[in-house]
Amino acid sequence: MSDATGAFSSDIAAGSATSDAYRPGHGHGNAHGWATGHGQGGPASKFVTVAYGFWIFLLSDIIMFSAFFAAYAVLAKATAGGPTGKELFDLTRVAVQTGLLLTSSFTGGLATLATQRRSMAATQFWLLVTGLLGAAFLFLEVQEFAAMAAEQAGPSRSAFLSAFFALVGCHGTHVGLGLLWLGTMMAQLWVKGFRPEILRRLHCFGLFWHALDIIWVAIFTLVYLLGASS
Amino acid sequence: MLGKLDWSAIPFDQPIPLGAALIVFLAAAAVLGWISVKGYWPYLWSEWLTSVDHKRIGVMYIVLAMLMLLRGFVDAIMMRTQQVLAIHGPGYLPPEHYDQIFSAHGTIMIFFAAMPFMIGLMNFVVPLQLGIRDVAFPTLNSVSFWLTATGALLVNISLVVGEFARTGWLPYAPLSETTYSPGVGVDYYLWSIQISGVGTLLTGVNLVTTILKMRAPGMGYLRMPMFCWTSLASNLLIVAAFPILTATLAMLTLDRYLGFHFFTNEAGGNQMMFVNLIWAWGHPEVYILVLPAFGLYSEIFSTFSSKPLFGYRSMVAATLFICIVSFMVWLHHFFTMGAGADVNAAFGIATSVIAVGTGVKVYNWLFTMYGGRVRFDTPMLWALGFVTTFTIGGMTGVLLAVPPADFMLHNSLFLVAHFHNVIISGVLFGAFAGFTYWFPKAFGFRLHEGWGKAAFWVTLAGYILVFAPLYAVGLLGMTRRLQHIDMDIWAPYLKVAAFGILVMIAGAACQITQLVVSIRRREELRDDTGDPWDGRSLEWSTASPPPVFNYARLPQVENEEPYWTVKQRALEEQSPADEESYEPIEMPRNSPTGFITAFFSTLIGFALIWHIWWLAIVGFIGAYATFVVFAWRDHGDYEIPADEVARIDGERKAAELAWLRRRERVA
Repeated sequence: MSDATGAFSSDIAAGSATSDAYRPGHGHGNAHGWATGHGQGGPASKFVTVAYGFWIFLLSDIIMFSAFFAAYAVLAKATAGGPTGKELFDLTRVAVQTGLLLTSSFTGGLATLATQRRSMAATQFWLLVTGLLGAAFLFLEVQEFAAMAAEQAGPSRSAFLSAFFALVGCHGTHVGLGLLWLGTMMAQLWVKGFRPEILRRLHCFGLFWHALDIIWVAIFTLVYLLGASS
Repeated sequence: MLGKLDWSAIPFDQPIPLGAALIVFLAAAAVLGWISVKGYWPYLWSEWLTSVDHKRIGVMYIVLAMLMLLRGFVDAIMMRTQQVLAIHGPGYLPPEHYDQIFSAHGTIMIFFAAMPFMIGLMNFVVPLQLGIRDVAFPTLNSVSFWLTATGALLVNISLVVGEFARTGWLPYAPLSETTYSPGVGVDYYLWSIQISGVGTLLTGVNLVTTILKMRAPGMGYLRMPMFCWTSLASNLLIVAAFPILTATLAMLTLDRYLGFHFFTNEAGGNQMMFVNLIWAWGHPEVYILVLPAFGLYSEIFSTFSSKPLFGYRSMVAATLFICIVSFMVWLHHFFTMGAGADVNAAFGIATSVIAVGTGVKVYNWLFTMYGGRVRFDTPMLWALGFVTTFTIGGMTGVLLAVPPADFMLHNSLFLVAHFHNVIISGVLFGAFAGFTYWFPKAFGFRLHEGWGKAAFWVTLAGYILVFAPLYAVGLLGMTRRLQHIDMDIWAPYLKVAAFGILVMIAGAACQITQLVVSIRRREELRDDTGDPWDGRSLEWSTASPPPVFNYARLPQVENEEPYWTVKQRALEEQSPADEESYEPIEMPRNSPTGFITAFFSTLIGFALIWHIWWLAIVGFIGAYATFVVFAWRDHGDYEIPADEVARIDGERKAAELAWLRRRERVA
């Protein structure tokens, strides 16, 4: 554990070692040991700034999802005589999907640990596994959507299905964009190695991927479990 | 191949939009031609269009805002004249065109005039006031600006190619659904707002991170200038509210493009959900606009009263109070929805309560002036005009917050008068005040005082002449957005309002003259000191215009008014503060990423509006490629050598010394 913490702070150091444009002067900006970014110590390191900014972005993304959740809550009973969640949802498939996505978060964590060891092979391997698990998740979701559309239960059938497809589809789009990012990131890591900006981006990707997990847990509970039981 | 686009999209049979488009086109062609003839393209490209300097981006935001402000003002002139000419008659604007005019007026004024103006001021000022070199993410900042510009461009394209929405500035469903708005007008609205909204959200992320993580050493939270506090609150609101707008417009887009049923009449769609969601964004939005203005008024009251701001901590508390409560009042925009007496009462009370925060601020501004040596320069005039008229607008707002009164007054010109009363004095006067106040910092010379004062008095008179009659005629029962009028009792009020808009035209002419005169006489208006107003916060401690790195050494902040302290110490000791040795500074490189992103997002937006699917795909691939190329670059920063820093800062110090000598002689 102490090892991991040490490696993490070495990432922070790496993030600010070579190309931080905002340090006051070179090297002795934080000489007083004051916390940076809280006033006394001056601007925070680039690693902290980037990660913090990405957190703020993720919060805004979660607020966007909350609007889709709210719309789903309002429209969940508006089936317009069409099929309900109970008739449509296949909990086995959703359980497999959940397993795939949660596991991909775990392997993403393993990739982070490999990054801290600066092991290129292990990092690339775990990133690849993360991507494959994400792709399998997405494949199951597309299959589910296609099956529903084939049963005349597409998004145009009722307001309930509109809200369902928009909410779950928005999450799926995020996973898809995450895979595109992941692929780009793996290529970049391969070409450029563990440079400070690559480490920052890997860190942000990790945050993004875990955030998608949190949103999926909410979808799994509020949409699928509640929908299948009522 | 071209989706829905064909020659019928060009309104050859309507002389007004065609003529307007022709004028815009000729003006743009003339400007571009002038730039080409003078050979300014390389300079413009390398110094402005690809700049990631927060000061340059701030200036570009404000230029965009001023152009769009003129466009929105022309719409306003057309509306007021149409209503006067259409008393018992058709006027000169047919209904379908008039509806586009009032929709475009609101959309442009909020999204493309007020927002870029405030964001431009925050961009320019916040890093200077925080004593740092740039925002947290400089290239992202450039992307934000160019996405906003893309949205503005799409709105203006709708003038010639196709049409704009006829639904009002918020496209209420189901009117905005394909059943009732089959044309491309609503699609223009959706994609231009969606694209510029992404830009705004990224600005919010950028400035929140900047303010919370990147202040100069010693600048704790309670040492931040008031403008930084209100900017923080405003950007927190952007981060919390704009995603709701994105989601709501995405739902409407899904309804229109893929046959979803979020807000339709059939299949269980819920129209009131649209109104709820859009105002859950819309009410915080008005505070997003007005909070930065509150901040800059605070700076101006303090500076021109030669006193520290009264009640700094209560001001901070009031700002954050407004920031939070602004999310709890959205239902007052539709008390008539029928949510029931309890719900309406709760939101009515919340609405009245939020006025308390603003009241605290008004009293603080008054007490700041009390006992001070008040100087009536142009920025202070705008601030005084604000505090007097805004209070009236605030009081009519509290009136409208009472649900039974709102049932009588909603959708009337009383409401229109109320929100113009607060938004013009709050945001527009704030924009002008901030513009005049920080113009010398941006360009190194002041704006002409005489023309500035003329612009203020004429604009103030025109503004009262337009909106006082609208309050009255609203109480007489006139509803908003009427294309023609059959009631004789309303006629005199509408004529006074039309006269008022003529006065406002004169005010706008004064502003333009002020700018032209000031640029031509810039040598006599030059300010060498960097501190033309005897300022108190850090931005006045650096040169005007500031060097690209803002500060040769990051300032050490010891209290709430760091520059005032340093200045007083220098005056006492009769010598500027000693600077130690200089060190090289790393600054971010300029990048065309923002501009290229804007190019592709314009393609995407236009293609999606006209259902040209292949072009949209090309645009997406281009945008992704731009992103990868940017991510792949090796050198994001360049170094300014210590000698160069010393040379640039030496010039500033020489000017400071000369200023000290002058002060000495006067004293």
